[in-house]
Amino acid sequence: MKKSEVPQDKSALENFTREVCYVKNEDGQYDTELSTGWEAKKVALDEAWKEIERRTSDAREQIKKGAASPILYFMEEKLMDFTVLSGYTGIWKFRIKRHLKPNAFKRLSDSVLKRYADAFEISVHELKNFKA
Amino acid sequence: MSEFIHHQTAHCENGVTMSLLQHHGVDFITEPLAFGMGSGLFYIHIPFMTVNNGPAISFRTMPGAIFKRTCKALDVKVERKKFKDPKEATRFLDEKIAQGIKVGCQVGVFHLPYFPKEYRFHFNAHNLIVFGKEGDRYLVSDPVMEITTSLSTEELERVRFAKGALAPKGHIYYPVEVGEITQEQVRRAIAKGIKRNCRDMLKIPGSIAGVKGIVYTSKKIRGWREKLGPRQAGLHLGQIVRMQEEIGTGGGGFRFLYAAFLEEAAVIMQNEELARISETMTKAGDLWRDSALQMSGIYKGRLTEQKDFDACADLLVEISAVEKQAFQELAKIKF
Repeated sequence: MKKSEVPQDKSALENFTREVCYVKNEDGQYDTELSTGWEAKKVALDEAWKEIERRTSDAREQIKKGAASPILYFMEEKLMDFTVLSGYTGIWKFRIKRHLKPNAFKRLSDSVLKRYADAFEISVHELKNFKA
Repeated sequence: MSEFIHHQTAHCENGVTMSLLQHHGVDFITEPLAFGMGSGLFYIHIPFMTVNNGPAISFRTMPGAIFKRTCKALDVKVERKKFKDPKEATRFLDEKIAQGIKVGCQVGVFHLPYFPKEYRFHFNAHNLIVFGKEGDRYLVSDPVMEITTSLSTEELERVRFAKGALAPKGHIYYPVEVGEITQEQVRRAIAKGIKRNCRDMLKIPGSIAGVKGIVYTSKKIRGWREKLGPRQAGLHLGQIVRMQEEIGTGGGGFRFLYAAFLEEAAVIMQNEELARISETMTKAGDLWRDSALQMSGIYKGRLTEQKDFDACADLLVEISAVEKQAFQELAKIKF
């Protein structure tokens, strides 16, 4: 890529930083240039976020139908997979999978709920009374 | 010890390696040299594993390897530590800072407050330097940032103990002893870095790593439209483009960075062949950019047919061949 061809598109990097790109200068030597972003990858990131929103609203539907517990919603909202949630809560993955079921969730003690709530950065009250 | 100077770089681990070594008087070290001596270039597509619900692909070597290898090649003694207890990790950090030592820290970006929300995924292999403390705020040199920043004790503890894959566990690392580095040592470090990179790109058995891994991905791409449907297939392609082009890569899946390394190496080693292969590597980087454009046509919904997916795959096959040629030629050079 030539220095003059470095894209300077609007992106989520705005007000955060510009990124260093390795490019060829006019003499054909390597040099660096700062870029504000590239549209091709901006769309990739935007699409990834749309997918997260879609998964989060799917989780809402599941909870409304009584097919999942609020843990599923907050997992999606916080972009967590089982490894990440297990790491933050100290609860084994297979137990988390069980807690995704509404009946198992209803029987959880406040101390277990507190571990989930802390991982999601919400209160136990919010977790218990989540309205999908 | 002298004042710490912040450097902005393309890739965080290169940046930490370069800045810490420069701080210890290794003034010749540049980002491309750190990357090349550390054999930073790679490609791997791990099957049956997903990252953020997309394919698990990496364009670079494993986290931590660049710092480790580059320091080792230059006979720099390194101290590194991981912790179970966050308080213990903070105590250790405070002790080092009080002694005026600048340290590298591995962190997760999900809770990193100065990152914009759009970039905060559970990615745990980010690196930054803590170079001091003012009041209760740690002074931070994050290599992707144009300027230095700062974090509170709680904020820093939180990102140092992020959870999930590659959890940092408070990982802290810094050079302890840097001797006089001779020109001969630099040449040996470059030669070794290149040889190891040839091995990684050409010789790993199986079909998922190195230049063969790129072909593996191309085969997967041909099947995605049918198997996953256009929307999910588009998201998978988007993930490849992000791994390849997002901030931290220098563009073209680190290929431009490696080409810059070969260009610098050509001068130091006085070897014209390296300059020529640098051009081939630039071509690989340009082709990766072309493939990103083609892929973006798909996830923008502009291109929807099987032949559009095949065009992406064909480009990857071509890239694999270009990189194979580059590394085969590199492997033949006698240093």
